[in-house]
Amino acid sequence: MTALSALIRRDLRIALRVGGGALIGVLFFLTVVVLMPFAVGPDLALLSRLGPAILWLGALLASLLTLDRLFMADHEDGSLDLITMSRTPLELACAAKALAHWLAAGLPLIVATPVLGLLLNLDMVATGAVALTLLAGTPALTFTGMIGAALAVTLHRGGLLMAVLVLPLSIPVLIFGVAASQAAITGPLSFGAPFSILCALSLVSLVIGPFAAAASLKHGLD
Amino acid sequence: MSLIDLANPTRFLALSARVLPWLAAATIILLTIGLYQSAYAPDDYQQGATVKIMFIHVPNAWLSMFVWGVMSVASLGTLVWRHPLADVAAKAAAPIGASFTFLALLTGSLWGRPMWGTYWEWDARLTSVLILFLMYLGLMALWRAVEDPSRAARAAAVLTLVGALNLPIIKFSVDWWNTLHQPASVMRMGGSSLDKAFLIPLLVMAVAFTLLFITLHLAAMRNEILRRRVRSLQMMQAGQKAA
Amino acid sequence: MMSLGPYASFIAASYAAVAIVVAILIGWIIVDYRNQTQRLRELDRSGVTRRSGRSAVDTP
Repeated sequence: MTALSALIRRDLRIALRVGGGALIGVLFFLTVVVLMPFAVGPDLALLSRLGPAILWLGALLASLLTLDRLFMADHEDGSLDLITMSRTPLELACAAKALAHWLAAGLPLIVATPVLGLLLNLDMVATGAVALTLLAGTPALTFTGMIGAALAVTLHRGGLLMAVLVLPLSIPVLIFGVAASQAAITGPLSFGAPFSILCALSLVSLVIGPFAAAASLKHGLD
Repeated sequence: MSLIDLANPTRFLALSARVLPWLAAATIILLTIGLYQSAYAPDDYQQGATVKIMFIHVPNAWLSMFVWGVMSVASLGTLVWRHPLADVAAKAAAPIGASFTFLALLTGSLWGRPMWGTYWEWDARLTSVLILFLMYLGLMALWRAVEDPSRAARAAAVLTLVGALNLPIIKFSVDWWNTLHQPASVMRMGGSSLDKAFLIPLLVMAVAFTLLFITLHLAAMRNEILRRRVRSLQMMQAGQKAA
Repeated sequence: MMSLGPYASFIAASYAAVAIVVAILIGWIIVDYRNQTQRLRELDRSGVTRRSGRSAVDTP
């Protein structure tokens, strides 16, 4: 257990440093949300209708882009080889890295949501709903995206290809995240159904992600 | 002849060379029968003659998923049993499956235009096929992004299996999403239950297309084996020159 | 032949599209086969041998 917690603490510390990528994710989130009104128009009514969708898309793209470096950096300085060769199962190590990544990069996105909700003219209920669905859904994004990040290590050129591979897998999370937010705002449909499916997706990805990532690393590195 | 005998590429080449003409002949016969039956199938009371597009749309849609299934089994062969021909089978299947998926989208769009008035509709089934098409393209890109064929095979195998696990989830989600945003008039593609006059041509075409896939797949596998031989000989040649 | 109704062009276009794509697939496979066997013959002629010593062009 101490090996895993050491891994988590190490990843957190690296991510939170200046070049680490955690805070860059929030900055990208902000940038995307700011870009939307330029494309869509400053009509506040339209923006508040699109609000949950814009926030979710921004969070999806931001987490995707920060995931790129999840394994790359370790691969470059050789620590990935050490991790794969250690006694802790690679699946658990991958899960630990993903957890650290979510804490460092995913949580700040959720914290930033209320502020960004203001820009999109979302009220308290709406912003709270979006934040809650992001809280439930970003783990799924992180753990699914980790699979792409592991495959990207094999490729040396990762980047956009990784995004193309991971995005179709993220579509269910996006659908239910936005649906749950909309349900909380507009009312007639229940919030519970899509929200619980969202939680289920996160839980499933907590299992599939580490196994698939570990398999990719094991097969791709030798 | 057991599966392990087929593991020898040379023996596979010999066997497939013998089988291929028969498969091709069977495919042509069944396609001819199917086309004839489709041509003389009655008109649907709602859709008129455009129901004939269903006879080629549905087989392509079914194949797009079937081929991913074949690739998934091949991927298991690569990762779990390390069957030598599994890599070849998976790589050869991808472009063929992608083509069928593309055709499913194209015929679906042409089928929908008379009914919906637009060339594209975010109908649950068409949208799922579109996502599947993206996944095929991503997979093909992955195959070509890694230089070493066996490393590429393993990465592709993981992605294929992850994709296979996600396909039911994606279909379920897209169905759900579609019912949320139900457009005003909905024409369900294909209808709920098919009359026998439509079902028989459809089944014949489905079998014909499946045979077509198997024929194309075996031929493509042969090419892939030859391609690998060329590659290893070229590397040996380069080695000999250097020595 | 039979009357294909007002949307005949859509029906024809669909069947044509399928025929074209299948023809392209078959064509690609045939051309690829010829390329690979051609290259194997060239390599065989230049004297490179396989580990088993068998000819590379033993494609039946």
